[in-house]
Amino acid sequence: MVLMKMKFPFEKRMKLAQGLWLLSWIATLAGAFTFTLGCFLKTELRRRAEVMDNTEIHAVPNTLMIVGLASLGINYFAGRMCQDALDAGRFPRWKTFLQPYWGVSLLFTLLMLTTVIMSYAMKGNLEWSLKIGLKNGIRFYKDTDTPGRCFQKQTIDRLQMEFQCCGNTDFKDWFEVQWISNRYLDFSSKEVKDRVKSNVDGRYLFDGVPFSCCNPSSPRPCIQDRLTNNSAHYNYEHQTEELNIYIRGCREALVNYYMGLMNTIGAAVLSIFLVQSSVLVSLRYLQTAMEAVAGQENTEIETEGYLLEKGVKETIMEYVTPVLVFLQLNQVGSEDAEAGETPAK
Amino acid sequence: MALLKLQFPLQRRVRLAQGLWLLSWLAVLAGAFTFSLGVYLKTELLRRAEVMDNTEIHVVPNILMLVGLVTMGINLFAGRVCQDSLDSARFPPWKPFLLPWYGLAWMVCVWLLSAVVLSYALQGHLEESLKVGLRNGIRFYRDTDVPGRCFQKETIDRLQMELRCCGNTNYRDWFEVQWISNRYLDFTSKEVKDRVRSNVDGRYLMDGVPFSCCNPGSPRPCLQNHLTDNTAHYNYEHQSEELNLYNRGCRQALVDYYMGLMNTIGPGILSVISLQMSVLVSLRYLQTSLDGVDPENPEADSEGYILAKGVKETMMDVKNIMFKLLQFGQVEAGDEAEAGADGEKAATSS
Repeated sequence: MVLMKMKFPFEKRMKLAQGLWLLSWIATLAGAFTFTLGCFLKTELRRRAEVMDNTEIHAVPNTLMIVGLASLGINYFAGRMCQDALDAGRFPRWKTFLQPYWGVSLLFTLLMLTTVIMSYAMKGNLEWSLKIGLKNGIRFYKDTDTPGRCFQKQTIDRLQMEFQCCGNTDFKDWFEVQWISNRYLDFSSKEVKDRVKSNVDGRYLFDGVPFSCCNPSSPRPCIQDRLTNNSAHYNYEHQTEELNIYIRGCREALVNYYMGLMNTIGAAVLSIFLVQSSVLVSLRYLQTAMEAVAGQENTEIETEGYLLEKGVKETIMEYVTPVLVFLQLNQVGSEDAEAGETPAK
Repeated sequence: MALLKLQFPLQRRVRLAQGLWLLSWLAVLAGAFTFSLGVYLKTELLRRAEVMDNTEIHVVPNILMLVGLVTMGINLFAGRVCQDSLDSARFPPWKPFLLPWYGLAWMVCVWLLSAVVLSYALQGHLEESLKVGLRNGIRFYRDTDVPGRCFQKETIDRLQMELRCCGNTNYRDWFEVQWISNRYLDFTSKEVKDRVRSNVDGRYLMDGVPFSCCNPGSPRPCLQNHLTDNTAHYNYEHQSEELNLYNRGCRQALVDYYMGLMNTIGPGILSVISLQMSVLVSLRYLQTSLDGVDPENPEADSEGYILAKGVKETMMDVKNIMFKLLQFGQVEAGDEAEAGADGEKAATSS
């Protein structure tokens, strides 16, 4: 009923301890690398914090940083333990430490895996946050004289130029807001009065975009205003014109950018997860093999190592039953379980 | 009369050899560093090669790359020599190589110094090259349908956006060229016909700039057209408007950028020169102190020096050797040189 039993002659134990020592140092470096990946991702998210509405997506880099630091500790202790493993006198002092150690390290290793899953699962969250953030940015584009919003214009302009995008979903978002401040509109001119009267809110709306939407790759000098009016510009058809301004929306551009980042980071974290799991498995084998040696006179005998003493189900029941008894969730049922276990022992 | 003579007991000789070994490996790294600096500078110059008219400025990174490789080579050699130096059997084979090595090491220092001097001296050339290159770029901005020039527009636009500059000297350079192609001008309209007729060459000139001159830091949406006409825009005075477009010219921006790069590289190169000089001096001391060791008593003290005679006398010796080698001139020169050499010998022997 033992899970994955393996025989360990003395030579094999030695090699396991040495291999584990090397592996634990590699895993320590990998843990430090995870931490830096978390820092990098957080920095990148904070750079564009002004166009994000909430910081829920920051859970991914925060978890990565915590897991990185924890794995530094886990692997350091794994290295220390396997240094002591080959000395049958020094190994037993780790006994009391091991139970909580397994709990903590399993927790953080699983947390590593959940971070990767989270980075994909939170894509919708990120997109929603960007949608609202960009909508606000475009709405407050004109408020360069309002404290707290005066940098929105520069933020949005630089964002559109850097990511080669225009607007929220696409460039038509600019047609729905007044992005020219009233300070620069001549309210005595007929054109301005017509436009302002043409809608309920009294906003100056027109089919034009800011200069930051212009695409430098266009063969033609940029057309920014009267975009939907084919007769306003010579040799111009807005339905077929693709190169004049950026077609992509900034939400899509930013989501693609961050998903690309998280894909790369996710792949790296998955391989680090594999390294970490192999460290834990090797340490477990070493521990069980050395436990059989303890108290023996001849320390070079062959012993058995295993992952779990009983099967998976029984081990889980062993841990869960005390919790159930403690919570008194299931009175009669739990008593029966106890009665069932006692004859089995 | 020896120049900078120093005493070298055995301990000191050993320490000198060990220190020199370490120093020579540092100098190898310094050579690699110089090479990479040269590569970096060349890459940066090549990135903007389209707005430069000539490649004279490339002599600076080329020298840096070449000298970096040579430095790595000579310092590897110096490391080998001083590894063998404390073994009296292995050292003599290296002796004939040392004199040319000194010459080469000295040349390396001179070349590095000249690279630093050139990087400042060629600033004028760089500015001229950029002036011509940018003028052409602005002139051919509209030729997006002419093979060979079709990327000028994108190059100039990206340059202006990246370096935050407008035009050659300033934004008015755009008023003097036609930067909108005839393909996009409606020649039936009155405005176009007026403008085209208003100048001798028949060009469509206007007081407007491309969108890439716009400054995102301006509180106002960018004004690109009718820039000199205050009535064309509400609440606008072109004399006092500073934030609308970039004020700096691209020539100034590029020169500042490259001079900043070279100012950063300069001190690095100067420290490489001083490292190389210290390797040269240490190796000379090691060589002369080992030469002065008595073969029967190898652990005795010896003297090390930089030059056997003073500087002036060494120069005279070298000149005489050169004359003899070249068999320069006639009997008089030969007689004089011999008489001079005889006189020298008499002076040194006395």
